Amino acid sequence: MSGWFSRQRSLLDFAVSSLARRKGKTLGLLAVYGLIVFVLASAMLFSHALRHEAKQVLAGTPEVLVQRLIAGRHDLIPDTHLAAIRAIRGVKSAQGRLWGYLFDPAAAANYTLMVPPADAPAAGQAVIGAGVAAVRDAAIGDVMSFRAHDGALVSFTIQAIIEPESALVSADLFLVAEADYRRLFGIPDGRFTDIVVTVRNPREVRTVAEKIDAALPDTRIILRDEIRRTYESVFDWREGMVLLLLSGAVLAFFIFAWEKASGLSAEERREIGILKAVGWETADVIALKSLEGLVVSLAAFLLGYLLAWLHVFQWGAPLFEPVLKGWSVLYPDFRLTPHVDELQVATLFFFTVFPYTLANVVPIWRAATVDPDQVMR
Amino acid sequence: MTMRSSDMVLAAMLAASVAVGATWVASAWRVRAEQPEVLRRAALVEQLGLTDLALFTEARYTRHPSQSDRHAAFQDHPFALEHFPSGSVLPPRRQP
Repeated sequence: MSGWFSRQRSLLDFAVSSLARRKGKTLGLLAVYGLIVFVLASAMLFSHALRHEAKQVLAGTPEVLVQRLIAGRHDLIPDTHLAAIRAIRGVKSAQGRLWGYLFDPAAAANYTLMVPPADAPAAGQAVIGAGVAAVRDAAIGDVMSFRAHDGALVSFTIQAIIEPESALVSADLFLVAEADYRRLFGIPDGRFTDIVVTVRNPREVRTVAEKIDAALPDTRIILRDEIRRTYESVFDWREGMVLLLLSGAVLAFFIFAWEKASGLSAEERREIGILKAVGWETADVIALKSLEGLVVSLAAFLLGYLLAWLHVFQWGAPLFEPVLKGWSVLYPDFRLTPHVDELQVATLFFFTVFPYTLANVVPIWRAATVDPDQVMR
Repeated sequence: MTMRSSDMVLAAMLAASVAVGATWVASAWRVRAEQPEVLRRAALVEQLGLTDLALFTEARYTRHPSQSDRHAAFQDHPFALEHFPSGSVLPPRRQP
């Protein structure tokens, strides 16, 4: 065993010195390789942690939501629908929700204006998200004014700011009283944005949804399960521009790595010839070159993964921010809880370390099986 | 006595592997430490009846993807094309 180990150490010595002879090439390859692993691992860690966070945080989202659609567009729902839903068997409660969007020209940002179902602020008061406070530089007691639907100014005194730790769900919230909401948008009494329905027996959710759909054909029903599914597919690897751009880089890298690994340079062929001439066996040469590939690919994986973990979970994924932010002025300042999927990491390890190592072996085997004299010429 | 290059490489690989292992430990520790915060966020969602993450605030269908329909991105006028950048990274709502 110690003989085998000392032999592997010697081979590793030789592999390292061989890599060191081509220092520029090796370091360049390591940097590009590490960068690819870094980007892939960052995207993987970020999307998995975000999906996990969404799953946990949105577990208590409304069970059934009923929207009214007119000509394919979302419309205000009348309280007659509310009464009709309450009359359906299996419905525990139905409550109208009031929420919408408000563009604030002062910050050029969109807020989500909402009337909380319980403990709403008093008229003329507002509770705002940390993102709103940041873009407007607002503090408790400050006054914020907006133009109502008829052009009149409606003022709100900031009563409280929602804790920044909840920014991922509340950054752009602007919570107001029902009277203020209706005044601002000119929405008459008896009209709501949508309706939240709770069902007596959780197993009957789909049946109740079908009953609502049959009773009120102008509505669209959104179940909690569908909300969950929406967030399961957030930044799905198959979708989106990011992957499209990334796939170009990954393909370029694979071509580069394949070219580098499979096409032997004249110097490398000569090296193999000399090794064979001084008595090395084909198996030794293959082991040596496999070690070279393993050292480069393993180092790139370890460095790339470490940097990706720090980037996503320690530094708040600053490289993704411009992509996610788009044209938004208001972006939540959040730190993801590091939920790591071991299987994903293992897959990344497998697809980054092994192909390169294997791509090294084939041409070496071909060169190493030829007569040394022929290889050196 | 000078260190053999194989030993240096093995030591560096070992150190990097330990560092990767440390990220697993740190992840597990932080998941547990940050659980109360996550529960507070979940409680806020339940209390206010929220449906979406406030990730993309630029358009209504990216702010509340679960509440929008597949046509929301193209509703502004006939032949309108989706033009908000985050529409490119966020897939449309999954229909049942």
